[in-house]
Amino acid sequence: MNMAGTLSERILGSAEGTYVDRMVDRAFAHDGTGAQALVAFEDFRIPDKTVVHPEKLSIIYDHISPANNSVTANLQGNLRTFSRQNGMQFHDVGCGICHQIMSEGGCLPNEIVVGADSHSCTLGALGAFATGVGATDMAGIWATGGTWFRVPESIGIVLSGKLSGHAEPKDVALSYVKALGMDGGTYKALEFIGDGAAGMPVEGRLTLSNMAVETGAKVGLFYADALTREHLLVYGANEKTIHMQKPDDCAYESEVHIDLDNIEPLLAVPHRVDNAVSVTQYSGTQIDQVFVGTCTNGRFEDLKRFADIVRGKKVAIRTIVTPASKDVYAKAVATGVLSDILEAGCVICPPGCGPCLGAHMGVLGEGEVGLSTANRNFKNRMGVDAEYYLCSPSTAAISALYGEIRSPDELEGGVN
Amino acid sequence: MILSGHAVVIGEDVDTDMIIAGRYLRTTDRSIWVEHAFEDYDRSIAGRLNGSILVAGKNIGCGSSREQAAAALKEAGVRAVVAPSFARIFFRNCVNLGLYVFEADVVCEDGDIISFDTDDSYVKTSDSVYQAKPLSNRMKEILSAGGLNAYLSSRGEP
Repeated sequence: MNMAGTLSERILGSAEGTYVDRMVDRAFAHDGTGAQALVAFEDFRIPDKTVVHPEKLSIIYDHISPANNSVTANLQGNLRTFSRQNGMQFHDVGCGICHQIMSEGGCLPNEIVVGADSHSCTLGALGAFATGVGATDMAGIWATGGTWFRVPESIGIVLSGKLSGHAEPKDVALSYVKALGMDGGTYKALEFIGDGAAGMPVEGRLTLSNMAVETGAKVGLFYADALTREHLLVYGANEKTIHMQKPDDCAYESEVHIDLDNIEPLLAVPHRVDNAVSVTQYSGTQIDQVFVGTCTNGRFEDLKRFADIVRGKKVAIRTIVTPASKDVYAKAVATGVLSDILEAGCVICPPGCGPCLGAHMGVLGEGEVGLSTANRNFKNRMGVDAEYYLCSPSTAAISALYGEIRSPDELEGGVN
Repeated sequence: MILSGHAVVIGEDVDTDMIIAGRYLRTTDRSIWVEHAFEDYDRSIAGRLNGSILVAGKNIGCGSSREQAAAALKEAGVRAVVAPSFARIFFRNCVNLGLYVFEADVVCEDGDIISFDTDDSYVKTSDSVYQAKPLSNRMKEILSAGGLNAYLSSRGEP
C-alpha cells in the first residue's frame, strides 16, 4: 500500500484486510428491513435503551409502498411511530427508493454510509464508503452509532472511451458483472476508474455502483469530482462539505478493463445476473410484461431515454413504469416525459421499488416472461415459475413497442 | 463445545430469495420462515433442517440482505452453515444471529454426520478433517455470546 491507498483505505482510515470499528455518518433502513431491525432493537437487553444520533438515521418506505395488506400496514405503522418518536428522518410512502433518496443530497463523499439493504453500495457513486447490512446490524447501529468493518481489498474496474448509440450505463454494469461473475467481487471493493469513469454522468455512475453487490462486492466506488459536486449542489449540499477525491496508483488485487466504445445493448438471461449476452441473440423472444424502474434504472435519465423511444407510439404489452423518487417523478412531470410515457399506454406506479422484489404491483404469473430494468433475475424472485430478463431502459422501450425482445440498435430501421 | 449434525447439501450460488422468498418476509412470526425455507429451491429441504449442518456450494446467501434468510435457518434448528465462500451480508447476518459459519470446502453427502468444535476452525466428517478460514476475533466474540444482540447487551452498550 502506498501513502494514499485505495479509496476504501482512505475513508475507513486503515489498511486493507484490517478490521476497524467506526461510527457511521449516515444509516438508513426501509419498511422491510427497518421493521425487522425494530424487533431486534427492542430485544436488546440494554438499560435506558436509546437511539444514538437519530439525526444520522433515516427510515425510507419503498419496498411495499403503500402497504398491500394489514400485516404490512401494521409493521409499517410500528416503525413509523418509532422513527418519529425517536427523531429519525422519516420518508413515508411515495417519497421513493432509499438509495435514490440518499443520493439526492442524503450523503457526501468520504462519508461512511450503511444501509439495511444490499444495494446500499449504490452510494459509492458519490465517493462514499456505502455498504449493505442486515437488520440486526442496523439495530446495533441505532443503539451504538457505529459498527465494525473489514477494510476490503479492491478490484479496479478500468473504464475507457465513451458510450455511444443505444449503449447505456446498464449495459456497462451487466458487462462488468459478467466479467467478474456472481461471486468475483466477494468481500472486495470495486473502484471504477479511467477516463470512461471520469466522463460518466452521476446518474450512470449510480447504476454502475448499484450492481456492485451482484458480484458479491461490498462497495462500488467512483472518485468524487466536479460532476459529483455539481450533482450534490443541485440537491442543496454546502460546497465546503464536498470533498474532492483523486485516484492514485493503488495496488489493485486485479483489474477488469472495459472499453465503453465497444459496449452494445445486453440482456441478463434467466436466472443469473452474470449471464449477459447481446440483446440481438434473443431478438424475437415473446414477452408478457415490461418493467422500468428500481434503484438501478428508475432515475430521470432512464425515464427520459425510455420516453424518447415510445413517444407518439403505443406499447404492445403491459408496461409498468415506476419513478425511483418523488423528485424524479416531479421532473418527469415538469418535462413532459411522464405524459409521453402515459400516452404510449404505460401504467405509472408510485415511487418505490415496485415489483422488483416480487411483493406487489406487477408480479408475473406462472409461465410468463418479463423484461425488467432491475438488478436481479433470480428464479421466482419477481413471480413464481416466471422468467425475467434484465436490460437497459432503451431495450425495455423498443421491446415494449414490439411485445418481444428487440435491440434498440434496430431502431434505425424504424418502429411501428 | 462440540456440536454435530446431519448434512443437508445444497448447490452453488443459492441466493437469499431461494432460502426464503420475498412473499414470506412481512411477518414477525418466525415459524412462517421455517415452514417455507427453501420452498423455491427444493421443497424437501425444510423438513430436514432441524439439527442439521447446511453444506452449501460457493457464494451461499448472495443477493438480498434479508436477515430472514439466516433467521429461517436458525429458527429451523440448523446448527451451522459450511461453504467454500459466503456472500458477505449473509455471512454477517448468520454471525449476528449466533449461527456458526465455516468457510471450508467440505465434501460430503446428504445425511453424513458432521461435527465441529465451536472454539476452533475445523469441520469434521466421518473420514476427513477440513480447516476453515479463521473468523475475526470480533465475529468469534459475537458467536460465543450467542449473537450480536447478546454481545451488545452483555457489554451494556450504549
